Formats: sequence, structure tokens, C-alpha cells
Amino acid sequence: MIRAENIKKSFGDQEVLKGVDFTFEAGKTNLIIGRSGAGKTVLLKILVGLFAPSGGRVWYNDRDLSSLSKQQVRELRMEVGMLFQGNALFDSMTIEENIRFPMDMFTKMSYKDKQSRVDEVLERVSMEGINKKFSSEISGGMQKRVGIARSIVLNPKYLFCDEPNSGLDPKTSITIDELISNITDDNNITTIINTHDMNSVMEIGENICLLHQGKLAWQGNKDQVLQSDSEELHNFIFASPFLQKLVDRVGAKNI
Amino acid sequence: MNPLSLLFHFGKFVDWQRQIYRRPENFRMYYKELVRQMFDIGLGSLPIIFLISIFLGAVTVTQFYYQMDGQFIPNSFIGYIVRDMMIIELSPTFSCIILAGKVGSNMAAEIGGMRQKEHIDAMDIMGVNTSAYLVMPKVLAALMMIPLLVTVSAFVGIAGGYLASVPVGLFTHNDYVTGLRLFFEPHNIFIMFVKAATFAIILTSVSCYQGYFVKGGSIELGEASTRAVVYSIILILVADYIIALILT
Repeated sequence: MIRAENIKKSFGDQEVLKGVDFTFEAGKTNLIIGRSGAGKTVLLKILVGLFAPSGGRVWYNDRDLSSLSKQQVRELRMEVGMLFQGNALFDSMTIEENIRFPMDMFTKMSYKDKQSRVDEVLERVSMEGINKKFSSEISGGMQKRVGIARSIVLNPKYLFCDEPNSGLDPKTSITIDELISNITDDNNITTIINTHDMNSVMEIGENICLLHQGKLAWQGNKDQVLQSDSEELHNFIFASPFLQKLVDRVGAKNI
Repeated sequence: MNPLSLLFHFGKFVDWQRQIYRRPENFRMYYKELVRQMFDIGLGSLPIIFLISIFLGAVTVTQFYYQMDGQFIPNSFIGYIVRDMMIIELSPTFSCIILAGKVGSNMAAEIGGMRQKEHIDAMDIMGVNTSAYLVMPKVLAALMMIPLLVTVSAFVGIAGGYLASVPVGLFTHNDYVTGLRLFFEPHNIFIMFVKAATFAIILTSVSCYQGYFVKGGSIELGEASTRAVVYSIILILVADYIIALILT
């Protein structure tokens, strides 16, 4: 379980997060949703320790992230995997070297064992046979899968995904969502996804936190989304012009 | 840059050094990176060092010959002047200024690019000490390769002086070689290596600092790369003066 306790963050005069309290449940797919500029990425980076909050605390079970030494933070990060919005695959390395990198750095596994683990995770994300390619030689969707493979190679307890669907077509987005959800269930990982994709919300959102102007505006799960009276949630859901026209025509309650 | 900002960056730079010189998480990975950097810095810079050194030697001979022409100074002194000029000053300082432009800007752009593409964040999340992994091998590689490059530069510069004078008939082979053997001070070689090692640390540390803490987009990356070169050159010249004061 990861708990955000009254998280605040300012950049100069700009207050991005204004005191967010939320508990990300263990073994579930947790979503942080909201419009662009709502503070989703900043919250995610604070949770993972890339940004220091201006106020508040982040708890990993009973460990307060802000009170850990740099060495303890590094040890905690051995339990964390992260998929970045731009994938952050090292472009000077092949796919196999990218995935092997955390094992090369932190384990004493034999080369053969590392190779077989690389093959295993690539198979897990349905990307067999691209070991020797470079990231520039594969598509955006494939890069996402490889990014996921690298983030799970050391069997993390926590998986963070920053906009895993950005730049992908709807069908590939659904595949990526299903993949992350399956990995979460199969490995009993606590997953936190930052997204503004409504398909993700309705398909995999087991625990959802809606941010609006730096504050927690709504929380619940995918089954509660359409029953909610929250104005911010409705504005978020029906933000697309197509849905807005549909709402105007038939009324929100009839959808 | 105002004095307060200068002080802030100096403090940040010194504090950052404590993160760099830590025990590596995995010696083999650091060694692999060290070898890659040695190859890039050493072999990658050899052609440009060769080229500038040959001309430095040639220009020094030509200009000194012009200045000493008609005076009661033996021609052999030109060989002596070229040798010491190359060893004490031109090879270490000029080579490192050129390397600040070539290697320093490359390091700032490489690390800055990694920062912008979230590669550094990705390594941080994995638990890698990115300051150490990305910077330490570069500094060590520069410490090993730049003194070698400077030594090559000194030899090539002296050879360049020879080529610009003897074959064109300014003076004889014997004059030049006699000059090279005059008043040789091994201490000058020591000065050359001290300078080379100091400048190597300056140009890699300053350039990596500029890249590591870059913020913004491609314009800021370009600015960081330029700052890396400019600050490295200024600090190299200041250090050059201090070493000259202390060691001569």
C-alpha cells in the first residue's frame, strides 16, 4: 500500500498540488486521472521519489519516503518498476541490453540466466524475437511493451506507469491496459497508472483518484464512475466534443 | 552570472561531487563504461590533437625564427624554445581547450539528452546512483587519456616544428636536434602532467555538471553545452595560471 498524505507541491509561485490525500491499495490497479495540468505526473513523480513534495508525506506501508536516507531510497527503488511516458529506453542499447540493464547492475545472475529472464519477460509482453533490435527500430506500442518488460524484470512490488496510452491508437491502448492489469493480478503488484484515457478508467480502474486543479476531486472505482454525481468527474468524462454532443442529445442519465 | 548564482552553483557542484565518488554498485558495469569512455576520449580525439599540435609546433618555429632573425642567438635555441613551449604550455593548455570544445560539449549534450529523455530518471528509479555511473567513468577515463593525448601532442608539436623549418631550409637538422637537447628539465614533464590531469578533471566535471542539471528543451540543452565549453575554458586558464605560479 502507498499512501499520499496531504501532498503539496509548488514550482515557484505556481501551486500544482494543494494537499492531496489518497491511499493506493495493495495488489490493485490504481489510477490517477484528470485533465492535462491537473498535477497527475507531478503526483506520480512525488510518489516514486523523483520530486520532493513541498509539504506532506508519502508512505510505502510503514516507511516514510521523506525520512529515508539516499541509500534506503535506492534500496526501496529495487522494489519499484516504472514505465515512463516516453518509454525512456536507452537508445544506445539493444532491446535485450535495455531489459538486462537492471539485472547487470544489481544481480549476480549468470549471463545465461539473465538471457533466459529477458526472453521470459519479452514473452510475457508478447514481444519475442526483437532482442537484437534498437528502440528506434520498433513502433511506439512495441516500445511501451518493452518498457513494461524492463520495469518488471526484477519482479517489483510496485509498478508506476506514466500515461502508458499516450500516442497509441485505441486498440493498442486497450492491449497495453490489459497487459498491465494482467501483470498486476498475476504478480500481485501494486500498480499506479497516471492517465486521462477514459477507456482505461472503465476497463481497469480498481481504485481511482481524480485530480482537479491540484486537489482530489473524486475517488472510487470503475463501477462507481457512471453513478457518481461529481461535477468534476462528469466534466472529465464528457470532455470530448463527441460525447458532449451525445449528452446534449440524450441527456447524461440516459447514457 | 551574478555572484549569488555563482556561489549557489559552486555549492551545488561541490555537494554533487560527494554523490559521484561513491562505491560503484557493480564494478563490471562501471569498468565497461570506463573502457567506452577511454575509447571515445582517447582514440576519438587523437586526429584533432594530432592536427592542431603539428600546426602549433610549426607556427612556434616560424614565429620565433622571424623574431630572432638577425640577432646574435644561435638557431639551435629555436629547437629548445619549441620543446619547452610545447611541453610546459601549448600541449597541455591548448589541447585541453580544444578537448573542452570537443569532449566537454559532447559530454554535456549526452548527459543533458539523457536527462531530457528521462533516461536518468529511469536509472534513478532502478536504484542506480546516476551521478556516479554517468560521471565517474568519464572523469577517470579523461584522467587516464588526456595526459596521454597531451604527451602525443608534445611529440607531434616538436615534430611539426621540425617539418616547418628543416625541410624548407630555415636551419639545419643539427641545429634543431641540438636545441631539443639543450637545458632539458625533467621537472617540466612533471608540470605538463599536473596540468593535463587538472584540466582533465575540470573539463569533464564542469561539462557533466552542465548536462546533468539541464532543464527545459533543446534550446536549454544547447545553452548548457555552450556553458560547459565556456566555463571549462575559463577555469582551465585560471588553473593554468595557478599551476604556473606554484610549480615554476
